Amino acid sequence: MDADAATAVRVAAAEQEALISGSEAVAVATKLADVDVLTAYPIRPYDTLMQYVAKQIANGEQDAEYIVAESEHSQFEIAKHAEAVGARSMCGSSGVGWCYAFEAIAVTPALRLPLVAMVGNRALDDPGAFGTEHNDALAARDLGWMHVWVDTAQEALDTTLIAYRVAEDRRVFLPCAISTDGAFLTHSQTLVKVPPKVWVDEFLPPYNRGDLVFHPDNPITIAPQVNEDWLMEIRRQTDQAMRNARIVIEEAYQNFRRIFGRGGGNPFFEEYHTDDAEIVLLGMGTLSMPVKVVIRKLREQGHKVGFVRVRWFRPFDYERLGPLLARFAAVGVIDRDFSMGSPFNSGVLANEIRSVLYAQDKRPPVVSFIAGLGGREVTIPAVKEMIEQTRKAAETGKAPLDTQWIGVRA
Amino acid sequence: MARTVSVEVVYRGIFQKTLAKNICRGIVLAARKEGKIGIAFGRYGDSPERNGIPAKNFAIVAPNEEELQLSMAQYEPESTDVTINVDDMMCKGVESWAWYGLQPINQKVRENGTLIVTSTLPAEELIKFCHTKPHPYRLAVIPAIPSFSGLWVYKDDHTDVRILGALPKVCPELTSLDSILAAIEDEWKDDLKVRSARRAHEQTTTQTVKPGEGNPEVPYTFDMPGWTTMREGVTIDAIRLGEPIKFGDQIGGYRPARNPYFKKFSTRTMRPVIDFDKCIKCTLCWLQCPDSCFDVTPDQTYDLNAEACCGCGVCEAVCPVDNCVTMVNEAAFTDNQSQWEAYKKDKVAYKAWVEAKIKERPERSHGFRYRGQYQEQVAKMGVAATAENLDADPGGQEEMGVGAGGGEE
Repeated sequence: MDADAATAVRVAAAEQEALISGSEAVAVATKLADVDVLTAYPIRPYDTLMQYVAKQIANGEQDAEYIVAESEHSQFEIAKHAEAVGARSMCGSSGVGWCYAFEAIAVTPALRLPLVAMVGNRALDDPGAFGTEHNDALAARDLGWMHVWVDTAQEALDTTLIAYRVAEDRRVFLPCAISTDGAFLTHSQTLVKVPPKVWVDEFLPPYNRGDLVFHPDNPITIAPQVNEDWLMEIRRQTDQAMRNARIVIEEAYQNFRRIFGRGGGNPFFEEYHTDDAEIVLLGMGTLSMPVKVVIRKLREQGHKVGFVRVRWFRPFDYERLGPLLARFAAVGVIDRDFSMGSPFNSGVLANEIRSVLYAQDKRPPVVSFIAGLGGREVTIPAVKEMIEQTRKAAETGKAPLDTQWIGVRA
Repeated sequence: MARTVSVEVVYRGIFQKTLAKNICRGIVLAARKEGKIGIAFGRYGDSPERNGIPAKNFAIVAPNEEELQLSMAQYEPESTDVTINVDDMMCKGVESWAWYGLQPINQKVRENGTLIVTSTLPAEELIKFCHTKPHPYRLAVIPAIPSFSGLWVYKDDHTDVRILGALPKVCPELTSLDSILAAIEDEWKDDLKVRSARRAHEQTTTQTVKPGEGNPEVPYTFDMPGWTTMREGVTIDAIRLGEPIKFGDQIGGYRPARNPYFKKFSTRTMRPVIDFDKCIKCTLCWLQCPDSCFDVTPDQTYDLNAEACCGCGVCEAVCPVDNCVTMVNEAAFTDNQSQWEAYKKDKVAYKAWVEAKIKERPERSHGFRYRGQYQEQVAKMGVAATAENLDADPGGQEEMGVGAGGGEE
């Protein structure tokens, strides 16, 4: 097929609408991305991904090695090794399942294996709770995994394709965790535009591991004992890869926009009514839904409030987020996670934001909130309460230093 | 004592680990008797669970806590006042880990510091093995065979206290003999061990090694790459395929590629000597060698690559021909040259060389050939207290390593 004919095929192709959940959208993306190896071990809510992949394979729609391991530890190890031999792979887990795989998770970045995993965010048992809480994925925040949070099934599909493109870039070669809120994304189906395969093929080049591929034609030893003689250099290499990821993510979104015609704005965070906002809330994941509703209502009443939704948590776009947040009179940060005993007893995100703002000349007060733990709904009144507290901080120029627990019974 | 004194014990993995620990603990405990403070530790990067691998232990004694801090949170001191070598064959240098290179046994010994070696060889012979230093240092010899005391089962042959007894003689700054003896009494509650220490103190002879005296060879070293030049993904080149061997107009056989950054021969205390005329080309030595250290010659015989040989003795054990492969004390050799090439150049001279080597030094304690060999050797040390102690517990013979490369693993 010559270039013109190829273009004609691409233009003629059209997206199709499907009623699928966020996890199912990730499963569809693995089909579109021609993922070679999928490893699975059931835990709710991640299991909705493996079930849908199994269905796609059983229906003859997807051609992949589908390996159900005997535990999450093996599941992540198998996917890791598949990546080492040059096979595009996908795995994932939730809550304590993700924790059980932690040994494999911890070593994947240094080995520079671009594994993509879906985290169906779930509270860490005990006590048993299926609902969303971000501490599972955040437990791996410092290790060299890229972390991205999505808030719709559409974004889950698109981000999976983007994640492969970024992770498999030779300048990066780092694993990527896509966090999807348990229940709200993993267990509810919405209409999703499924792109045609020709578009995906144009966007996503094959995974080429180059001189790092583990193959008889390229005899290498991976991960020998190195001790203090080498480890610092290896860490610095991972650090550089994460720095490079900032550039590669930008490039990937530009290309995505060109081919798919959506996904505008800053890839790292979504701005919602921030242009003229005096105060903003900030958070990750599906809590964006009630927040956006309240912001629209308050704007109708003339209140200049906005919202910033952090998508890419690692790498963190401090270079643009700092100057943006410095513009506002106050910032309210909603954590769907906890960091027991941390400064100001805040969640993880609030202290990241405080750290980002430290480099700014003007530092608005930061009000820290912990909300929606264990999958508890972040309700409209709860959002209103957080906005009200943020507004008060803007008025007085001072925020309560200690974090505020929202929606907790006394 | 107004300054910090550093002592290093270079020992062989597994069977001398407890010995090295005992010496270093003894030093710190003795110094404590004089109000000084110290630290005893093993080099953390070592892997002393490997049989025979050179490893290091340290004892550092300081006049007070503040001075000691200078020597803490370190893997090893920059230089030593005393380096103790408890296996004389490590005088040829030690290589404990890939990329370490060959480290001279006296590498850390400071000017006018002392190298203590337990050996039955004359000092002159030991000096020939040791790499040259630009400054003078002293060599002290404690008459003893290399201790095979063990790790899990510590078969006490008094080497620990004999070295402790010698220390005040070579480094009076460290501690007095009285403090050493008092510490031994406290630690072991054994008068026999106190007597062994006192006797070793008397037996130890010391002489000065002049600058430039010794092995003039420059030991091999490696430069480690930085993060921008290192291969990514914690990957390194695997061992590639080997190549045929060329000798004169002969070409053939096979020399496997080997790790260029870890030669491993400093683990060896014996090496196989091969009588090529007797070889029936059965391949057993080549197949069974755990380190792939045999090259297939163009004659289809098997030549030892002495840089890769750990001296385990498996080749000798599996060879079906009498006196075709014979393990010989490493002290008989000064280089790692090919035996097969020497054989090809002059078969008559080679035969004479083989016979001389076997006759000259047939035994070595690391890798016993028969039960009780170690006890025989200890008795030959002429150390009454030591022999007496071993004789008192003949059942202990069972716990000594027997057979090639015997030890605890």
